[in-house]
Amino acid sequence: MAGSASRANYDGAVAAVPVTIAYERYSHETAHWWIARALGELARKAGIKPADIDGMTVSSFTLHPDTAVGLTQHLGLTLRWLDHIPMGGASGIVALRRAARAVQSGDASIVACLAGDTNHVDSFRRMLTSFSRFAQDGSYPYGSGGPNATFALLTDRYMRDYGVKREDFGKICVAQRDNALAVPHALMKKPLTLDDYMTARAVSDPIHLFDCVMPCAGAEAFLVTTVEIAKDLGLKQVRILSTIERHNAYPDDPIQLRGGWALDGHEFWSMAGISPDRVDFLQTYDDYPVICMMQMEDLGFCEKGESAEFVRANSLTADGSFPHNTSGGQLSVGQAGAAGGFLGMVEALGQLTGSAAGQQVENAKIGVVSGFGMVNYDRGICSGAAILAGEDA
Amino acid sequence: MTEPLKKPPRKDPQKRTVSPTLPPASRSRKALGFLVAAAEGRFALQQCDDCQTVCHPPREACPKCLSMDLVWRDMPTGGELIAETMIRTSTNTYFRERTPWRTGTVKLDAGVTVMAHIHGDVKQGARVRMIARTDKSGKGVMMALPEQETDKMADDRQLRELTCDPKHRRVLVTDCRTASGQALAKALSEAGASIVFAGISEAWRPYQGAASLTAVPNVEIVPLDLTDTTSVKELAGEIGGKVDILVNNAEYVRPGGALDRDDVVTARDEMEVNYFGPLRLMQAFGAAMRSRGADGVNSACAWVQISSVYALANWPVFGCTSASQAAAVSLGQSLRGELAGSGVKVVNVFSGPLEEDWRQPLPPPKVTPQVLARNIVGGLQQGLEEIVVGDVAKDFMRRFREDPRVVERELTGIEGI
Repeated sequence: MAGSASRANYDGAVAAVPVTIAYERYSHETAHWWIARALGELARKAGIKPADIDGMTVSSFTLHPDTAVGLTQHLGLTLRWLDHIPMGGASGIVALRRAARAVQSGDASIVACLAGDTNHVDSFRRMLTSFSRFAQDGSYPYGSGGPNATFALLTDRYMRDYGVKREDFGKICVAQRDNALAVPHALMKKPLTLDDYMTARAVSDPIHLFDCVMPCAGAEAFLVTTVEIAKDLGLKQVRILSTIERHNAYPDDPIQLRGGWALDGHEFWSMAGISPDRVDFLQTYDDYPVICMMQMEDLGFCEKGESAEFVRANSLTADGSFPHNTSGGQLSVGQAGAAGGFLGMVEALGQLTGSAAGQQVENAKIGVVSGFGMVNYDRGICSGAAILAGEDA
Repeated sequence: MTEPLKKPPRKDPQKRTVSPTLPPASRSRKALGFLVAAAEGRFALQQCDDCQTVCHPPREACPKCLSMDLVWRDMPTGGELIAETMIRTSTNTYFRERTPWRTGTVKLDAGVTVMAHIHGDVKQGARVRMIARTDKSGKGVMMALPEQETDKMADDRQLRELTCDPKHRRVLVTDCRTASGQALAKALSEAGASIVFAGISEAWRPYQGAASLTAVPNVEIVPLDLTDTTSVKELAGEIGGKVDILVNNAEYVRPGGALDRDDVVTARDEMEVNYFGPLRLMQAFGAAMRSRGADGVNSACAWVQISSVYALANWPVFGCTSASQAAAVSLGQSLRGELAGSGVKVVNVFSGPLEEDWRQPLPPPKVTPQVLARNIVGGLQQGLEEIVVGDVAKDFMRRFREDPRVVERELTGIEGI
C-alpha cells in the first residue's frame, strides 16, 4: 500500500523566508511569546503585514491549553486556512507539504509555518510524564529514562546488527559541532573532539552525553506562498520537488531499525526525477546520531546497514564531502521542542536562498530535508522527507 | 551473579529517614487490567477475542481487526531480550535515587514486544521468564528474570523493589497463641527475617507450643491484645518504628448466622477481633510504616491481613464471622488507599477452612498451619498482593473471578447451607 506514482507535483507553490529566533537554554517566557516573535520576524523579513497572512500552521508542545486556534485570536490573525501539526520532529516536512497544497489549490495564498516551544526549568520532566498514553502505560514506568532510554534500546540493537561503532556516531556529532561553530545562535559552540565524545559520561548505555540533544527554548518559521506572490515581494524562492509522509510504518518490527522513509523511498526519488547523487546537502532529524544513520540508509544515500561505511567515507561538514546538518543540527544548536522539527527545513531554506545562518554550502542547488517524530511508545511514529531546489537548480 | 544483600546496619537516629518517592503512577484505565493480574502474580495481556491478536500496550481496539472485544488472558511468560540499556539519568525522582537501572526490550513468545525491568543475572540476548508485579506506586509492571533460577537471585536490587521478601526484615505476627501464628513465626525466621515479634495476649495464661515458639531463632515474644487499644498502642510505642512487615493472623471464629443467635454478644466479640483488631493495629502501626516505605534494605513493605475466603461472599454456616471479615477486607481497601504513596503493600490472604478447633466439623480439604505459613512467606517473597491458600479457596477464587454474583447465589441458596 505504498503511495501512488501519479501524485500531482508542487508546481506553483514555493517556500521562502527562513526564520530562527535564537535559542535559550531556559526561558521564563511562554510558547506564545516565542511563536509570536517568529511570526513578527517572518512578516518583517517578507515585507508583509500580519494581515496579509491568510494561512498558518503551528507546531508546539508547550502551548497548552491552547492550540493553533487560540493563537489566531492571541496574535490577531484572521485566517482562512489553519492547521495544528503536533508531529514533533516531522512537523517541518508536514507543514511544508500541507501548506504547499493549500497554496496550490488556492485555499490560502500566504501560509506562515510556525514552530516554537519554551523550556521552563521543570517543563521537560513534566512533558515526559504525560507525553502519550502508550508511554505512560508501557515505557515511562521502566526507569523513566525518557527518549534517551528508548533510543538507547534501538541504538543497542542497531550497533549489534549492523556493526556500527560508537566512533561512527562520534564522527557525526563532531562534524555537526564543526558546522555549528559558524552559527551564532548555536547553544553549543565549544569545539568537540572525537576524544571528548568517546570519554563523555554514559547517560543510558550505549547513549553517552554527546549523543543527546539539549532541550531549550526557541522558535523557527518559514513562509509558503505562490511563485507569483514570492516574486512580487522580491523573495528568494525554494521549489518543492518531492515530499513523503508516513505514520506508524512497519508496526510489526519488534524494534525500530528502519522508518517510514524505507517504505516510501522509491516514490520519493521518482517524483523528483532525480537520484540521491544529485543532492548537495542532507538535513536529517538528529535527536540521536543513530537516527541520522537510519535516514541516510532508508532515504537511499547508502544501502541498509552500510551507513557506518558511508559516514567513515565522508567528512559530513558544510565545506567537505556530503554536507550533513549544516547548521550543527539539534545536537549542537539545541532542541527547542517542536521547533527541532523545523530546524532542518529552515536551514535547508537558508542554504538554498543563500542566507544560511552559518557556513554556506558551496553552490548548493538541491537539498534533502528529513523529519522523524513522536516516540509514542517504543519508536518514532512519524517520518517524512522533502527534496528542495533553489532558484538556480 | 547477584551480589548477596548484606544485613543492614543499625539505624542511626541522627540521620534522616529517606522519604518514599515513587515510580510513575499514571496509567490508563485499561492498564489497570494488567495491574489486577499482576497483584495476583499472573502475567496477563490483552487478546482479541475475534482474531486472537495479542496486544501491548493496553488499548481499546484490536490493531489487526478493530474488534472492541479485547480480554485479559494469562500468557506464556517466555521471551528473548533483544535490546537493553542501563539508565544512568532519570527525570523521575524514584529512579533518580536508584540509578543505574537496567531496562530492556523483550520479544515475547506471546507475540508482542514489551519494555521491562531486567534482572541483573539475565545475559545479553538471553531467553527470559517474565513476571508481572506491582511496583512501589502500586501499579503493574513487568520484569524479565533469568530463565533458570540463579544464586541469590531474590537479592537483585531491582527485583527486591517489587517484592516484600522477609529476608533482613522485622516482622510482627499477631496472635501467636495459635498454631498458625507459630507456624508463621517459624517460616518467617527460616526465610531470613531478622526479628519476628510474636504477639501474645494474656501471657500469664499457658498455651500450646510456647516452648517450641520461644526456641525459634530471632523470635521475640511481645505482649499484644488486639481487643485492647492500650495494649496495641503500648507495643507500637516500643517497636512501631521497626516493623517492616505486619501479619495479622488473629481471628475470632464462631459458627452461625443471624438466626442462630438471639443477641449481639458473640457478633460483638467477632467484630472486636476481626474488625476493630486490624483497625487498632492500623491506627497504632500504620503511620510509622507509611513513613518508612523507602528506609533501605529493611524498609516497611507489607501489611498482611489473613481472612477466610468467605469474607468475599458470605457463607451462612459462619454467617456472622464472614460478615466481620468482610468488614476487615473493606477496611483493607481503605488502608491500601491510605498507604498509596508510601510503597507499602496491602496483602490479602484468602484461605480455605483452617485445620483448627472451631472448624473441626467441616469436611476436608483443610489448610494446615504449615501450608498457610509457607504460602504467605512464598507470596511475600514473590511480591504478591493477593495470596490464595488451599484447594477450597482456589476453587472459590476461580468461580469468583468468573462471576462474583453467581458465587454469592451458590453460597446462599438452599444447597449452599
